[in-house]
Amino acid sequence: MSAQAVQRPRAEAADARAGEAPPRGRSSSFFGAMVAVVQKDIAAEFRSRELLSAMLVFSLLVVLIFNFALELDIQTRRGVTAGVLWTTFAFAGTLGLNRSMAVEKDRGCLDGLLLAPVDRAAIYLGKAISNLAFMLVVEAAVLPIYSFLYNVNLLRPGLLLVILLGSIGYAAVGTLLSAMAVHARTRDILLPILLFPLAVPVLIAAVKASGGYLANAPYADIKPWISLLIGYDVIFTSIAYMLFDFVVEE
Amino acid sequence: MITVRGLVKRFGMKTVLRDLDFDVNPGEFVALLGPNGAGKTTFLRILSSLSKPSAGHVMVAGHSLPHQASAVRARLGVVSHLPLLYGDLTAEENLRFYARMYNILNAGARIEEVLQLVGLLDRRGDLVRTYSRGMQQRLAIGRAMLHDPDVMLFDEPYTGLDQDAATMLDGVLRNVAGQGRTIVMTSHDLARAEVLATRFDVLSRGRIAASSTRRALGKLNLLTFYKRALAG
Repeated sequence: MSAQAVQRPRAEAADARAGEAPPRGRSSSFFGAMVAVVQKDIAAEFRSRELLSAMLVFSLLVVLIFNFALELDIQTRRGVTAGVLWTTFAFAGTLGLNRSMAVEKDRGCLDGLLLAPVDRAAIYLGKAISNLAFMLVVEAAVLPIYSFLYNVNLLRPGLLLVILLGSIGYAAVGTLLSAMAVHARTRDILLPILLFPLAVPVLIAAVKASGGYLANAPYADIKPWISLLIGYDVIFTSIAYMLFDFVVEE
Repeated sequence: MITVRGLVKRFGMKTVLRDLDFDVNPGEFVALLGPNGAGKTTFLRILSSLSKPSAGHVMVAGHSLPHQASAVRARLGVVSHLPLLYGDLTAEENLRFYARMYNILNAGARIEEVLQLVGLLDRRGDLVRTYSRGMQQRLAIGRAMLHDPDVMLFDEPYTGLDQDAATMLDGVLRNVAGQGRTIVMTSHDLARAEVLATRFDVLSRGRIAASSTRRALGKLNLLTFYKRALAG
C-alpha cells in the first residue's frame, strides 16, 4: 500500500477502489483448496505433535493392557486380534477426530475456513484426508508392535487393505460428525455417542474381514465383508461430502 | 456497498433481528453500536455469510446472500475477537495458507505487503501462539485484508487488548479505512468509534434505533446520542 493512498480522503480512495481491477481474492479451485487444508493440518501437526502423540500413546496403552489382561495361547490370540485391533483403532481415531476439529473451533479457524470463497466440500475432504492420514500413521506404528507382542504376523497385504478401507469409512463419517459435535460444550462425549452407532457397519465388516485374513480363510468368505467396506466408504463419503455444508451452517 | 432490507433472524422461538434495514455506501466506516444481546454479532455473521437470514434481502458488494455467498466471500474480509489463525503455524505460513484458499496471485509479494502494513514483517517466522494478543489481532487484520477486500467487517476488534495494543490497532484501522474500503465495526468502545468511524448506527432490540453521520452529529457527544437512541 502506498503512503499516498493512506493520506487520500476516504471518499476519493473509495472512488479509486471502484475504478481498480477486481479484488485479488478469487474462488479457489476445489483441488487446490483441499490440498491446502491437508498441507496446513500436516504442517501444524508436525509442529505440535499433539494429536499424533495422544493417539499413539493411547493405542499402545490399549494394546499393552490387552496383552497383559488376556493371557492367551497363540491360537486364541489370533482369534481376538481383529477385535482388539479395531477397538484400538476406533478409540484412537475418535481421539484424533475430536482434537482435529477442536483445533479449528477454539481459535475461530473454522470460521476462517468457512469465510474462504471455496466449495465447502473441499474443506470437508481436506479435513477427512488429514484425519485419515493421522489414523494411518498411528496404525502403521501400532501394527509392528502388536505383531511383536502377540506373535501374530499382521503385515499381510489383504489385512492392510482391510485396515485402509475401514479407516477411510471411519474418517469419512467421523469428520462429518466431529464438525457437528464441535459446537457443543460436551463435544468430547458427544462425538463417540454419535459416531459409534453410525460406524457399526464399518467396524463389524472390518473385524470380520480382518479375522478372515488372520485365520487364512478363503477369499470367497472374506469377499462379502470387503464389499460391505467398499460400499460403506463410497456411500458414506458421498453423503458426508453432500451434507458438510449444511452441518457447518448456522 | 451493503444493502439490507427487512432482515429477520430467528434462533428457534427467539427473534434476534426484526425487520432490519441497513445501507452502507462505498468507503463509509460505520460503527455499529449497541448493548450486549442487541444482535450485532448475529448481524455481522449474516453479512459475512456465516449465518443465513430467516427472512429479508441482503446484498453485499453487489451480490445477494445467501445465494451468491462465494462471490461475497471473495470481496469480504472479517475480523472478530477470535484471531482465526493457527497457533502452530508461523505468521507467514498462516497467510500463505489463506492466500491459497483465496487463490491469490503473486502471494509472496502480497503477504510481505500485508505484514508490512500491520507491522509484523520482522516477526513473520514466529509461531502465532508466541504472539501477544495485540499482535495476533494485527495479524488477524492482515489475514482479513490479504485478498484486498472491498468490504471489511470488524466484530469487537478491541476485545482483550491493552492500551498500547489498542492504540496500535487504531493506526492499522485508520490505514485500512484510508484505502477506501467499506467498513462496518461493532464496538462497545464509544470513544474509539467516535474517532474512527464516519457514521454511527445504534442497534437495539434487533433494529437500527438511530443512525447519524459524524457531520450530522455536530457538537453532540456520541455517548449522548447513544443513550438517547437506547432510551428510544
